[in-house]
Amino acid sequence: MSAFMAVLQRDLRLALRRKSEVLTAVFFFVVVATLFPLAIGPEPDTLRKIAPGILWVGAMLASLLSLGRLFAPDYQDGSLEQMALSQAPLPVLVAAKVTAHWLLSGLPLTLLSPLLALQFGLDTSTMGVLLLSLLVGTPLLSFIGAVGAALTLGVRGGEVLLSLLVLPLYIPALVFGSGAVEAQLSGLEYGAQMSILMAMLLLAGFFGPWACALALRIALE
Amino acid sequence: MLSVAELSCVRAGHTLFRGVGFDLAPGECLHLEGGNGVGKTSLLRILAGFSPAAQGQVRWQGQLLGSSACRLNQDLLYLGHQLALKEELNALENLQAGAAIAGTPVARDAALAALQRLGLGSRAALPVRVLSQGQKRRVALARLVLQPQPLWLLDEPFVALDGPAQDVVAGFMAAHLERAGMVLFTSHQPVDIGGRSRSYRLGA
Repeated sequence: MSAFMAVLQRDLRLALRRKSEVLTAVFFFVVVATLFPLAIGPEPDTLRKIAPGILWVGAMLASLLSLGRLFAPDYQDGSLEQMALSQAPLPVLVAAKVTAHWLLSGLPLTLLSPLLALQFGLDTSTMGVLLLSLLVGTPLLSFIGAVGAALTLGVRGGEVLLSLLVLPLYIPALVFGSGAVEAQLSGLEYGAQMSILMAMLLLAGFFGPWACALALRIALE
Repeated sequence: MLSVAELSCVRAGHTLFRGVGFDLAPGECLHLEGGNGVGKTSLLRILAGFSPAAQGQVRWQGQLLGSSACRLNQDLLYLGHQLALKEELNALENLQAGAAIAGTPVARDAALAALQRLGLGSRAALPVRVLSQGQKRRVALARLVLQPQPLWLLDEPFVALDGPAQDVVAGFMAAHLERAGMVLFTSHQPVDIGGRSRSYRLGA
């Protein structure tokens, strides 16, 4: 547990020393979500209809943007070797890195989403569901993405490969995440979508770090 | 005790070495010699468990490397070419974070004392980014006095160090041998570890 906290603390401290990386993802999300209302025009019904999809896809792409830097710096400077030799199991340390990634990319996006939802004319209750779906969905994206990041580590052109590998895996999260918001918009019950999203998060949270650790050991070979 | 028997290593279809064998008992030091590209680093990485050997066996305390009973992974301190330092953090933060991630946290005072022994006391609060190559390596080598593992695998520990720093590091190694530790290191230069070092030549 102390090794988990040590990795988390180190990654957060590193992010504080190079804020630009964190701000890039957040700014990207804001810009993407703002471009659509500008391009489509001020038609409230249309905007409301496309809002869940746009905001979810935006959050997805923003989360993908910082994935390439999840393990690469540790791999390049040898920290990953030391993590593999730790007394603590590697999956625990990986889980700490993914948690840090979520705190630095997923959480800011989630907290910002109601503000962006205003541009699409969503009402308060729908904003609440959007916030909730992203709160469960963004850690899911981080866990799935981390497996892709670990698999493409050290591969030439890994960044492009990472997108091709991870985006299809994001589809279930996207379908149920934006589905929950849409259900609320059309006055339906959104509990089912949220439950499935939650179940996927639990599965990814349990198996993701383990799969990552296996992939990282292959990268270290 | 570490024992290596009939070890061979193949990289990209090319045999780097074969038939490598030696024993390392507590209190012993082995200086791994050989020209560039004979596989010194590859040998250390096999022992550290990063890459598999093509053939042969590695045993640690009688247990085969790769078996679940083998504790080699926990018992070794590996220092490779990459120093595992974060450029944005200062020397002290790097040491403390590194030790905590390794599962053996150290107090701030102990980390500072280790840096002082390597002549970096006044540089402890500077980001590692601004240190010189030799100073960075000193920061990485400070781990030697902080972490308690019995087996040290050091890949070129003396590179980029000046004379006095080399003596300090050789002193760390000698003290570790006194405590019945084990050291396996590579170096292209002759090094005196209190007269207790054997050498093993890799390659033809």
